[in-house]
Amino acid sequence: MNVLVCVKQIPDPNAPGKIDPQSKRLVREGVDLVLDPGDEHAVEAGLQIVEQAGGEVTVLSMGPPKALDAIRKALSMGGARGIHVQDPGLENSDALSTARVIGAVAAGASYDLIICGTESTDGSTGAVPAMVAELLGLPLLSFARKLTAEGKTAQIHRQTDEGYDIVEAPLPAVVTVTGGINEARYPSLRGIMQSKNKEVKALSLKDLGLEGKAGKGALTQEVLTIAPAEARKAGEVVEDKGDGARRIADFLAGAKVI
Amino acid sequence: MFPPLYRIECALPGSVDFYNTDELLNDEERLVRSTVGRFVDKRFIPIVAEHYERGTFPMEIVPELASLGLFGMHLQGYGAAGMSNVMYGLACQELERGDSGLRSFVSVQGSLCMFPINHYGSQEQKERWLPPMARGEVIGCFGLTEPEFGSNPAGMATRARRDGNDWILNGTKRWITNGNLAHLALVWARTDDGIRGFLVEKGTKGFEAREIHNKLSMRASVTSELILDDCRVPASSELPGARGLKGPLSCLNEARFGIVWGSLGAAIACYQSALEYARERVQFDRPIAGYQLTQEKLVGMITEITKGQLLALQLGRLKDRGKASATQISMAKMNNARQALQIARDARSILGANGISLEYPVMRHMANLETVLTYEGTNEVHMLAIGEEITGLSAFK
Ligand SMILES: Cc1cc2nc3c(=O)[nH]c(=O)nc-3n(C[C@H](O)[C@H](O)[C@H](O)COP(=O)(O)OP(=O)(O)OC[C@H]3O[C@@H](n4cnc5c(N)ncnc54)[C@H](O)[C@@H]3O)c2cc1C
Repeated sequence: MNVLVCVKQIPDPNAPGKIDPQSKRLVREGVDLVLDPGDEHAVEAGLQIVEQAGGEVTVLSMGPPKALDAIRKALSMGGARGIHVQDPGLENSDALSTARVIGAVAAGASYDLIICGTESTDGSTGAVPAMVAELLGLPLLSFARKLTAEGKTAQIHRQTDEGYDIVEAPLPAVVTVTGGINEARYPSLRGIMQSKNKEVKALSLKDLGLEGKAGKGALTQEVLTIAPAEARKAGEVVEDKGDGARRIADFLAGAKVI
Repeated sequence: MFPPLYRIECALPGSVDFYNTDELLNDEERLVRSTVGRFVDKRFIPIVAEHYERGTFPMEIVPELASLGLFGMHLQGYGAAGMSNVMYGLACQELERGDSGLRSFVSVQGSLCMFPINHYGSQEQKERWLPPMARGEVIGCFGLTEPEFGSNPAGMATRARRDGNDWILNGTKRWITNGNLAHLALVWARTDDGIRGFLVEKGTKGFEAREIHNKLSMRASVTSELILDDCRVPASSELPGARGLKGPLSCLNEARFGIVWGSLGAAIACYQSALEYARERVQFDRPIAGYQLTQEKLVGMITEITKGQLLALQLGRLKDRGKASATQISMAKMNNARQALQIARDARSILGANGISLEYPVMRHMANLETVLTYEGTNEVHMLAIGEEITGLSAFK
């Protein structure tokens, strides 16, 4: 079973993020950059699949030169090889460009599974995996809180509001995983030392035959304005005058929670 | 509602970096630091206060320490991670940001036991002991100090006498980290032929470890006395390559290098705790961080941490090139341990009454650092070693 895991390097989500008013994007300079915590679960899911079924995890990231750190981190967790798509033309890409890049990489090889996080923790569009599936004509198994792959079929437990649905698709397939799917392993120090010797192939837009088809000149989306999220309104304070419990119950019933 | 998609990790360490020393580290080095740091934040810091209070070491994390690759991490082969000295240092920094007892546990295993076996041991000893030690299945301890001989180990009273093919050991070692937890004790003893090292297995007749209680420092670490009473060990337990005091002292050089970085970790924990507290604690209607006297303390801390970081890093680079001298290591150990202790004391005062509580890390670190100032060569002994080097005159005796 060969697995492609797509990962993204993002500004440390624990640090207070700043948005550059010019580019309308999160500032990446002068902050710690980390492998998206959501993607760690994708890497873990991929590793668990190949540990059971054999095969290899390839780690793919599209991003500036520093994104190599995120690939190395995934390799030190146990990924076998990396692919780093890096091209000045890809700066400030939109979701469709990213999906085209991932699609072009995947089309050139035969992966049984393409695993992604549900959404990036910084951009949070959550659109890339579905676009990749569409571009490649593959089924999309989204919001997996459990993933198994046997023979020619992948099965997931899809997280829903009330519980989960069991969904199956033939391989190859694209899967997005939630944070609840697993506990991502720590890279071991041995893994870190070994990751230095693992191959990371660098690819440009030209190598992928995507010049003019992804990134600058091919953008389909633009961020027009940014605004801070509306501050949360003060809640209602229920003072208990003997009827407190009833009023809280009514409130919850009104919100259809109970 | 969906459950949160992803758990958010605790803040990454290494953010105390006033001089952008991070630029001087490469990707793997930073990854080692964040890997160990994340482990310490998630798995160790939540449990350390309770162990400190009870006076126990959390043995339940040993398998995780091993699977991370922390035991013997800067050795090559036999299942060791094969890291550089700078990486080893960064790992020690993160461990000791948790607690000096955690770093001590790892230092003793790697630098004081696995290192000498790797360096001075026979092929058979290496193959027998190093792989299970890297896996954390065999824990080691290092017995050099004695009740009557601390700073002056050359005077040691523990003897090894040849008897046929065996050695018979007699004497007492005191203040031995991990003594009661260890499956294997490396005991240094005097023979007719000078000082030699012996690997004594737990359970050997005539060998006993007794835990030292009532400690006010290093409480999350086990410290013991080792008693050797006509303890008979086979000739094959002697480390064939170690001759004279050079043997144990070379191990201490490795472990001291870890302390140089480790004490920075303890200092960083104290500084972060004090800074956060000072910003939030309001007295006389203002955060105490706004008062000049508090700022003097905080600025002193960050300045000394920054100097210590540069000292540690250059020492590590020298050591990676095989160029770090014993007195260079002495200077960094002396300085960083001393400064860390001062930082911990200042942090303790900033936290006021809360500073004496185990709810905050500062007094725990402060008490630990009293040991760190003393073991692996006291502050004074390192000073005299440097003094001798620069003046050519020994002031030891
Ligand atoms: C928690 C803990 C764990 C330890 N773990 C280990 C271990 O695992 N293995 C091990 O072998 N040892 C261990 N030690 C022992 C430690 O290395 C010794 O305590 C240390 O070497 C100092 O020896 P001492 O305590 O006998 O002090 P002493 O040597 O008696 O020194 C007392 C004071 O006199 C000063 N002094 C001594 N000689 C001179 C001189 N010539 N000039 C000026 N001042 C001098 C010292 O600097 C010090 O201030 C540990 C100690 C502690 C507290």
